[in-house]
Amino acid sequence: MFERIREKLEILADAAKYDVSCSSSGSNRKNENKGLGDAEGTGICHTYTEDGRCVSLLKILLTNHCIYDCAFCVSRRSNDIKRAAFTVDEVVELTMNFYRRNYIEGLFLSSGIFKNADYTMERLVRIVKKLRNEQRFNGYIHLKTIPGASEELLKEAGMYADRMSINLEMPTESGLKLLAPEKSHEDVKKPLDYIQQTITQFSSEKALIKSVPKFVPAGQSTQMVIGATPESDKEIMHTANAFYKNFSLKRVYYSGYIPISQDARLPVIGSQPPLIRENRLYQTDWLMRFYGFDVKEILNDAHPNLDVDIDPKLSWALRNLEKFPVDVNTADYKMIMRVPGIGVASALKIVQARKFGRLHQDQLKKIGISFNKAKHFIRYADSPLQLRDYEAGHIKSVILSESSSKYNKVPKNQLSIF
Amino acid sequence: MEIFVFDGTLEGLLTAVFDCYQKKSDAVKLVSQLHYVPDVFKEAFTVISDDTKAKRVWSGLTKKLDSDWMKSIYKSFLSEQPATFQDLFEFIRYIIDSPPGAEANFGNKYVLEISQMSHKVHREKHRMEAFIRFQKTGDNIFYAHIEPDFNVLPLIIDHFKNRYADQKWIIYDLKRKYGLFYDLEKVEEIAFDFTTEMSPALNALPANVLDPQEELYALLWKDYFRSVNIPARKNMKLHIRHVPKRYWKYLSEKQS
Ligand code: SF4
Repeated sequence: MFERIREKLEILADAAKYDVSCSSSGSNRKNENKGLGDAEGTGICHTYTEDGRCVSLLKILLTNHCIYDCAFCVSRRSNDIKRAAFTVDEVVELTMNFYRRNYIEGLFLSSGIFKNADYTMERLVRIVKKLRNEQRFNGYIHLKTIPGASEELLKEAGMYADRMSINLEMPTESGLKLLAPEKSHEDVKKPLDYIQQTITQFSSEKALIKSVPKFVPAGQSTQMVIGATPESDKEIMHTANAFYKNFSLKRVYYSGYIPISQDARLPVIGSQPPLIRENRLYQTDWLMRFYGFDVKEILNDAHPNLDVDIDPKLSWALRNLEKFPVDVNTADYKMIMRVPGIGVASALKIVQARKFGRLHQDQLKKIGISFNKAKHFIRYADSPLQLRDYEAGHIKSVILSESSSKYNKVPKNQLSIF
Repeated sequence: MEIFVFDGTLEGLLTAVFDCYQKKSDAVKLVSQLHYVPDVFKEAFTVISDDTKAKRVWSGLTKKLDSDWMKSIYKSFLSEQPATFQDLFEFIRYIIDSPPGAEANFGNKYVLEISQMSHKVHREKHRMEAFIRFQKTGDNIFYAHIEPDFNVLPLIIDHFKNRYADQKWIIYDLKRKYGLFYDLEKVEEIAFDFTTEMSPALNALPANVLDPQEELYALLWKDYFRSVNIPARKNMKLHIRHVPKRYWKYLSEKQS
């Protein structure tokens, strides 16, 4: 009895783990019916995998049977692996029982495509409907949009899910065609667009009539696989930027390709996944979303790929030394945020604190900026007199040498944001 | 330097602030009863907690600070750190003595200390919200015990009450010997007399008091944790930064 369900969970969690989205935040679903769960506010990571990824949702496939044969995917039909499928009730029971023990924030449900898109989507909808209506579950639900499913089903799904997502898979159409000839970016854009328009429609009705129900309150996201096909970082981030703008996406995820196939079109099994690159892409994503950078400032024809040895903010600063030094006691908040070593929160503290008097080095350190990095780019009350301007290569080598012990000790796949 | 000894409560701390203005004291060292070592050469003033005095200081503060800052005062207080009591005392005096807006002066030592300590307490609260693992008992109560670095139980009540509205639960602080019990209606403070059967080393109840399904779900959760791992990406350093080792005892998935 135990064994069958354990085996299913093992197969269907294993097949789902390549979808890297873990977010459980951004919804406004409150526990108003004295049921189970509350998805309001920021999500919680209940544990972390040994590679440091957040575990906040029960992330599973309904089934790993699939009629498609996408070369980059473990569930592709030509792959000789164990197949399994949950029943609707099994997924409901697992979710409720994991949630009750404070293991998870909710459910992330995806699926291979069996029979056809509508048949699959209909099963997914049945599960979320049961959780919400019969079990009064108010935890977070992230539901995959199955490409090709009908608009009626998508609309129904959106009434129960907090977030929906559909993956671009490859950053460019040509990359996708190479590995999954049956698929196209158009298949992704259509449902993204339909759901986005429905979100907008619901929220404008909500402004007039309070009783309008929720529709995908935490918005949509997508994912691109990095390093399976030969796109440049510029192509990747320009695609991401376009999707953020055109479909008001909440997040774009970048997933370094983990070799799982002998297919000659793909990196060989055993080659190292591109984890530093993945980290640099996330940093760029942050610079676009929170630091007021335009993607073209960071990636353009003259600079189509991100540096591996330094983060994109430092790299931008070194290419734009004429904009520095920035005087933290007088400069605009937006410019202070652009200084390498100063984050959003520290920048805010600086502009608040300087109203009470000019800031000195020790105060800046206490506020929490990484001073050794920032000092090359700022002036402050007691900054030493500087006789000559240093050039970019010199500053870079000083920063790298001062931090080299730190950089060398961490494994090559260390992830951190600035 | 005058020494003020207070009873360790927030009310006492606020009363100390009131008394210090009344006595026109200048430099004050604030010590809680628990940490006070009497000194024959130096007399100490004993603060008598007084509701009216404390409320006057509190409401004076609410006129100058927004609710986030008021919460920061409360959170830092829950750190139970002797040095933080002094910082709070100085911070409150600084706010009272300065024109409105002084709390934004992160160049001031006490503003920064309180902001940082409340942050630490908040992080511990958040960790408990994340790492608590309930076990279902035979009588349908979801039980967990914890030993948080700071006294965070008062801060997590709403979170768990909102979430687990349809199940009874207990969260017990073994270090401070009290807990919270939600009975489907309200949350109450409780204290048990644990004897030996409770192992503080691990968040687990003995098997004979558990629901028969408990073993299955604990096992499935462990399996799940193992399945989502991607060995090619293994990075234990990062893992430990997110889940420091002292928290592992809470996590059933980390037990072998
Ligand atoms: S359709 Fe989805 S599950 Fe099926 S092979 Fe392609 S990526 Fe994998």
